[in-house]
Amino acid sequence: MSLVALHTRYIALETLRVPIAIVGTVMFPVLSFLFFVVPFDDISSDPVAATAAASQLSLFAVFSVCLFQFGVGVSDDRSTPWDPYVRTLPVGAGPRITARLLNGVLFALLGLLPLLVVAALLTQARVTPVQAVLGLVALGVAGVPLLFMGVAVGYSLPVKAAVPVAQVLLFPLAFGGGLFIPPEGFPAWLDTVSQGLPTRAGRDLVIAATTGADLPASALPVLSAWAVACAAVAVWAYRRDEGRRFR
Amino acid sequence: MTDTLARWTGVTRRYGDVLALDHVSLDVPAGQVVGLLGPNGAGKSTLINLLLGLRRPDAGSVELFGGDPRVPTNRMLLGCTTQETALPPTLKVREVLDFVAGHHPDPVPTAQLLDELGLTDQAGRQTGGLSGGQRRRLSVALALVGRPRLLVLDEPTTGLDVDARHLLWQKVRDFHADGGTVVVTSHYLEEIEALAQRVVVVAAGRLLVDDTLDAVRARVQQRRVSIRARALPDLAHVIRAEAGGDGRWSLFTADSDALVRELVRADVDFHDLEVAPASLEEAFLALTAESRTAGPPATTRTETHA
Repeated sequence: MSLVALHTRYIALETLRVPIAIVGTVMFPVLSFLFFVVPFDDISSDPVAATAAASQLSLFAVFSVCLFQFGVGVSDDRSTPWDPYVRTLPVGAGPRITARLLNGVLFALLGLLPLLVVAALLTQARVTPVQAVLGLVALGVAGVPLLFMGVAVGYSLPVKAAVPVAQVLLFPLAFGGGLFIPPEGFPAWLDTVSQGLPTRAGRDLVIAATTGADLPASALPVLSAWAVACAAVAVWAYRRDEGRRFR
Repeated sequence: MTDTLARWTGVTRRYGDVLALDHVSLDVPAGQVVGLLGPNGAGKSTLINLLLGLRRPDAGSVELFGGDPRVPTNRMLLGCTTQETALPPTLKVREVLDFVAGHHPDPVPTAQLLDELGLTDQAGRQTGGLSGGQRRRLSVALALVGRPRLLVLDEPTTGLDVDARHLLWQKVRDFHADGGTVVVTSHYLEEIEALAQRVVVVAAGRLLVDDTLDAVRARVQQRRVSIRARALPDLAHVIRAEAGGDGRWSLFTADSDALVRELVRADVDFHDLEVAPASLEEAFLALTAESRTAGPPATTRTETHA
């Protein structure tokens, strides 16, 4: 317990000491919502459509935190001499990865806050208190495979590769998962592919929680499979990692 | 009872085509201060990184407190400084120390350690704003905060001024006086002299010498006798001879007085005699040459003419 708490506190402290680094991740979802949802009356004045739009961008906020703070962030840390030093301390992979995970939750919440405020004030998006709580829980569940994906990128790639890989993963998976455009508008083949993506399964889970829409039977198995696969890669990459330096 | 805190057994490690360590075996019993001395790139840091659990050997095994260094609990009684002064620049001095202390069951109180290392006034500063000496003192504080039994210091004072260096050396001596065991690497003989009783000379991935400080000092403190001469006889006091341009020879020796007498007695027609201390790098080269040719060192590469 205490090692997890210790590492969680220090990762958060380090991230917050450079506030500009988190501004982009925090602002992008709310700006997308302001430009692509708020001005369109047919979505913003329809409670279900507006709630769904806010939900899928919430998942996008979570996803981008996972890939950038915890993919690029981990990779960046590994390039500094402090990381190999921490690896000499009596602490294993478990507490360090768990602490990263808890930080993912923390910073994702920071990204959600402005988005939810804007959605509530400027559109007809509405949730009951129960739906709000369920929605947050669903975001947490949907975020697990995405966070492991970020950690896997961070521990397996150097910074220069982690940045483009994070971008290559972020946008296709976000678009394909229906985080920008609802998948109802997808052609049939894309919809089929989409069902197998962690972003789509996560989106469906969150929207089911916030709007009461039906949850496709495939969503939870797809999420679990991605979570297990990404966690396995993350742990493998951590074990194999020997830092960036040559000797 | 003496127990072995660190042990390398037949360790080989490559980086691509580079052989960093070649079948190295070394034991560090409790209570010793062992100095690893060698030129840059000799394999000292690789030895250390294997012991800290940062790398795995390609062959052979490494033990720390009798177990695998890659298992976190085996590192509980280890304190170390890594070669680059590793500190997170945005965290404050006190925060970094508390963070490392948090990994240990009975850490030294932060305030006491800051005071001992003269960092009390810097406690609230971000580590990115510290001077080189302050950063190094903080890394030593981090190494000591968990009350370790084994202290591993990789090039602890490279780039420090004299005062800072002496302060750190004193901390290491105090640690040893309290029963601690130390492994320290350096490419300065002076640093090894100040700290170690046992010296291991590492070059080109192998252990060349493992002996007491005095014995090693005698072997690496060589002089370079430089002369111009057309031909040289076999000289007993020459460890290694190097031919330069225009008939100049550099003769490395442990005893320059005896060598000069020998040159005179042999009636060598020499000019432009110069005697200077050989650098440690030159001494390492001589030791390397010596260990390759198992025979008497005096004949190594010395050419003879009638």
